[in-house]
Amino acid sequence: MQSLADNLAHQPARGVRDRVLAQAPWGVALLVALVVHFVLGPVLGPYWSQVATQAAIAVMLAVSLNIVNGYTGQFSIGHAGFAAVGGFTGAAVSYYGALALWGGATKQEGFLVPGEWLMVGGSLLGAVLAAGLGYIVGLPALRLRGDYLAIVTLGFGEIVRVLLQISGPQLFEADDLRSSGFKQWFPPPLGGAQGFTGVPTYASLFWVGLFAALVCIVAYRIKFSSPGRALLSSREDEIAARAMGVNLARYKVRAFVLAAALAGLAGGLYAHTGVVMQPREAGFIKSFEIIIFVVLGGLGSISGVVLAAIGLTVLPEILRDPQRLIEAWGLLAAVGVLATVGGVAMRRSGSRWAPLAVGLGATALGLLAVALVASGANALMRSATGDPQANIGKYRMIFYSLMLIGAMLLRPQGLMGVREVWDHFRRARPAPGRPGGAAT
Amino acid sequence: MLSRRWALSIVVAGLGLVAGAGGCEKKSEAPKGPAPAAKTPDSGSKAGTEAPKAGGAAADKAPPSGTGPILIGHYGSLTGSEATFGKSTSEGIRLAIKEFNAAGGLNGRMVEVKEYDTKGDAKEAKLAVERLVKSDGVVAVLGEVASGLSLAGGPVCQEAGVPMISPSSTNPRVTKIGDMIFRVCFIDPFQGFVGAKFARENLKAAKAAMLYDQKAPYSVGLAQEFKKAFEKLGGQVVAEQTYNGGDQDFTAQLTSIRGGKPDVIYVPGYYTDIGNIALQTRKLNISAPLLGGDGWDSEELGKIAGDAIKGSFYSNHYAPDQADAAVKDFIKRYQAEFNGKTPDGLAALGYDAACLLFDAMKRSKSLGGRDLRDAIAATRDFKGVTGSITIDENRDAKKGAVIVEMAGSPLGPKFRAQINP
Amino acid sequence: MADFLQILVTAVAVGSLYALIALGYTMVYGILKFINFAHSDVFVLGAWTGFTASTLLISRFSISGPPPLWLGPLVLVTAMVVCGLVGFTIERLAYKPLRKAPRLNVLITAIGVSLLLQNVGQLQFPIAPDLALPFGASPKRMPELLPDAALLTMSFGDNQVVIGLVDVIIVVSAITLMLALEVLVYRTRLGAAMRAVSFNTDNAALMGIPVDRVISITFVTGAMLAAAAGFLYSMKYPGLNQPAHEVWVLLGLKAFVAAVVGGIGNVRGAVLGGFLIALIEFMGQFVWARTLDQWFSTSMAPTLRDVYVFAVLIIVLLVKPTGLLGTPIREKV
Repeated sequence: MQSLADNLAHQPARGVRDRVLAQAPWGVALLVALVVHFVLGPVLGPYWSQVATQAAIAVMLAVSLNIVNGYTGQFSIGHAGFAAVGGFTGAAVSYYGALALWGGATKQEGFLVPGEWLMVGGSLLGAVLAAGLGYIVGLPALRLRGDYLAIVTLGFGEIVRVLLQISGPQLFEADDLRSSGFKQWFPPPLGGAQGFTGVPTYASLFWVGLFAALVCIVAYRIKFSSPGRALLSSREDEIAARAMGVNLARYKVRAFVLAAALAGLAGGLYAHTGVVMQPREAGFIKSFEIIIFVVLGGLGSISGVVLAAIGLTVLPEILRDPQRLIEAWGLLAAVGVLATVGGVAMRRSGSRWAPLAVGLGATALGLLAVALVASGANALMRSATGDPQANIGKYRMIFYSLMLIGAMLLRPQGLMGVREVWDHFRRARPAPGRPGGAAT
Repeated sequence: MLSRRWALSIVVAGLGLVAGAGGCEKKSEAPKGPAPAAKTPDSGSKAGTEAPKAGGAAADKAPPSGTGPILIGHYGSLTGSEATFGKSTSEGIRLAIKEFNAAGGLNGRMVEVKEYDTKGDAKEAKLAVERLVKSDGVVAVLGEVASGLSLAGGPVCQEAGVPMISPSSTNPRVTKIGDMIFRVCFIDPFQGFVGAKFARENLKAAKAAMLYDQKAPYSVGLAQEFKKAFEKLGGQVVAEQTYNGGDQDFTAQLTSIRGGKPDVIYVPGYYTDIGNIALQTRKLNISAPLLGGDGWDSEELGKIAGDAIKGSFYSNHYAPDQADAAVKDFIKRYQAEFNGKTPDGLAALGYDAACLLFDAMKRSKSLGGRDLRDAIAATRDFKGVTGSITIDENRDAKKGAVIVEMAGSPLGPKFRAQINP
Repeated sequence: MADFLQILVTAVAVGSLYALIALGYTMVYGILKFINFAHSDVFVLGAWTGFTASTLLISRFSISGPPPLWLGPLVLVTAMVVCGLVGFTIERLAYKPLRKAPRLNVLITAIGVSLLLQNVGQLQFPIAPDLALPFGASPKRMPELLPDAALLTMSFGDNQVVIGLVDVIIVVSAITLMLALEVLVYRTRLGAAMRAVSFNTDNAALMGIPVDRVISITFVTGAMLAAAAGFLYSMKYPGLNQPAHEVWVLLGLKAFVAAVVGGIGNVRGAVLGGFLIALIEFMGQFVWARTLDQWFSTSMAPTLRDVYVFAVLIIVLLVKPTGLLGTPIREKV
């Protein structure tokens, strides 16, 4: 694939961006988290903040899976299994820890309260456990050819689901916890089929923003590092990579373990968003959802996968009631037209931000179009079936599967391919060759 | 070349800005009625306030007044593997609203329902309720059928101070979320007790076997409660077997059950699995009757299981052939509305939940969360299709259950016994 | 003893169905080297087409009482033809354009096709008063096309072992189909062409073998076997789960595990693997049941039977990655 070599070869010499990310990853992540929490949160309001929280977790899952499926070209279908391992670990640490320390798992109010640190600790422990399991699963499968990993990880996710299902009943009171013996802890009290409830909702925009940013930075730093190039090379041509002295198995296992750990972390946070942790969180249906993010975003492109994860989390929420968006048609149309016209003008004057402005305008217009089409389809369906609640959102899985097939047939590298958003803003890329082709 | 890059960047930025849609939509909604609850700057971190504080914010919220329609919310599984549950409930609710509005609504104000799909997924359920209470500003929420999803949606209502009535979540923990959460169905311990009592007293069973769906919280909970009650009543559970919802072979479980020679087999699963279970039970020459819970309730059960299910029983919220005028009338109106479809228990419960809410609205001082909550909590002897409903101090419905037998031609549930708490 | 034999009977019947499905996986893998994730959905399609066809035929010919004996074979053929056509279409539209693409892309396409088939199958649009297509979201009862008779009943003390007519028919027709395939692959010119394409596509093309046609035929054959398996499955378990139920995917996966355990790409291996996986699944449940039940104090064994299958997969991959009958593959440099 020429675009890949092209892409990597023409990275600018370490610019400001790379230096900042290398020197102060925590600083960047913290900044992002603070902005997301204190600026974006109030702007979005309570409901869309919740959507943003779920979107951030989707971003973490998608970006981490991208390290395996995108960078190395392996195919894991058990990512939800790792997320569930982290999720239940985080939930158990947070809930039982709160019971043991404070006698109850009610949420503590405030910013950066001790309970939140317990959540972080639990999620990190979940990440470690997920990484360990990733090692055990990945070691045999990664020695073999790609699709064996697919089937083994799929099996792994199912095994996790079944084991969670037969876990013991949750202990709800501090007294139960104190008087519990071996019998209560083997199998561990993770709620079984009933699920694990009552985990305090500490996963605020701050925390999910912080960790999502960190995950993205980690993924970015890996992609443009020497080991990252080794991973990408193994995706392009295993034999050539081996010939160049890349220890494929080792890199693949490392990438897999890292991805599992990050998924575990994401799962840990997910458990604290107020959902009920159920064994089905580990099933392959959840894994497929993450795969859809990665494939549509572009196997290997961090920004593409981030956009896909956000877009596909938000889209169903818009489809719930497209009418609402149409009510804002004035705003959308104004932004759309102004930004598009402005962008075109900027482009004339050679501004590098022109595509951004055009993108903004196109998005606003596109949103309006989506809303119009969706609500038109709803109206059509309602009059055809006589069902006043008919909603086009019902068919989203059909659209997604068609998009998956279409993407593979028409644009096999996904929306972004291996490239990043900013690659499209760079001007004058020399000797582009034949971009957008599959591996040759 | 250039145009391709352009087109791409547009698409990319487009996808990215879908995220910004929230902002746009939010702005559009500002002049549109009551401000959503608790618009504190750090609302993100405050999500999920605890029970004791709950409702505080909402009580000060200006109660929606005026002459516009009253908005209530419903969240349910309208797609996915549990789609039939959400659909039945939704139909029941819509019938109730239609009748309420036809009768003049609440002092001339019409009721409208906002309905969101949960896809049978906890995350979606939570988001749906967030949207209902925080963005749409509904006065009350109805839903969900599955207890696991009610447990995800309930805390949102509790925090926002909007009353929620679950039509058919039977897990006891649902109403323990807080004082805003109600239900109009009986709870698992009672239904387990009903099954056990019927088995002991009416069927005179001394030995029971259990076969339950390890994947469904509902089924596991019911089996545990049945076991407790049956042993308390002097019976013995001789075999306890599990399956995964959707399994189609039960030979191993049933041969094991056969060894215990039970007088009755308690199978509190969903009707989707009962067909194969009943067929294979009879094929292995086990003649003990099967006994189930309200998960059996579906028009399809008789069609799927056929003769194999004849003579088996299940506990339910109501029996379509009950000699109750209200029930008969409800069935007639329902069939007129939905192309002759016989309502199942979920539809009846959805109808009752909505009617109970309207009844409370009429009695309530205002439509504010607190007042409405108090009015719902004060419900006594409300005459519903599924029986007389009294909301007790745990915000659960105190009501009886019926036992029906699969009999007749065409095969369907026939009333056998009424068991009261 | 009775319990053991009863479970053995089931294991053999289900094993022959696994084998039929595994054949489709292994044939496609042998030729195109990718996991056809949509194969299990073709199997589901077979079962549901069988349901639709038999329901339609029964109502059109107003058959009441036990249906005539010709109905079963007719429905079987209908299901096989429909699935063969669907398999052909899938291959032409979704897989053929990707012949030269990386295998990851084909794998993703297969997942897309699988999701598409599931979700389209779940839709329901009324077409005629008594007909709605595709299949809808609620489970249905397959009409009884065969008399539901116990062919053989053996008594062991209090308990009996029941061998139903259905069990026998399943095993007999599965074995017949497998033998037919064996003949097709190893005794005919077409089979030789298939093996040649599987061995090396480019060389086969050079030898004048119409590669595209052979691949299409392979797909159609696999889809027809899956359809037959689906139909036979619906005979044994008449309560059909809705088409998008995740249990179907699990069933397909177990068949795939069977193909891997037997040696992917190897027709005889798939048959061996099918029976083996079913035995492990059902016997594991039986043998372990008591030990596990005491340990967990409730019954866990049935829940764990999927775990046995995947555990076997991982062990086989560790010990003999090419499967029991597979030959080691050398990656060409």
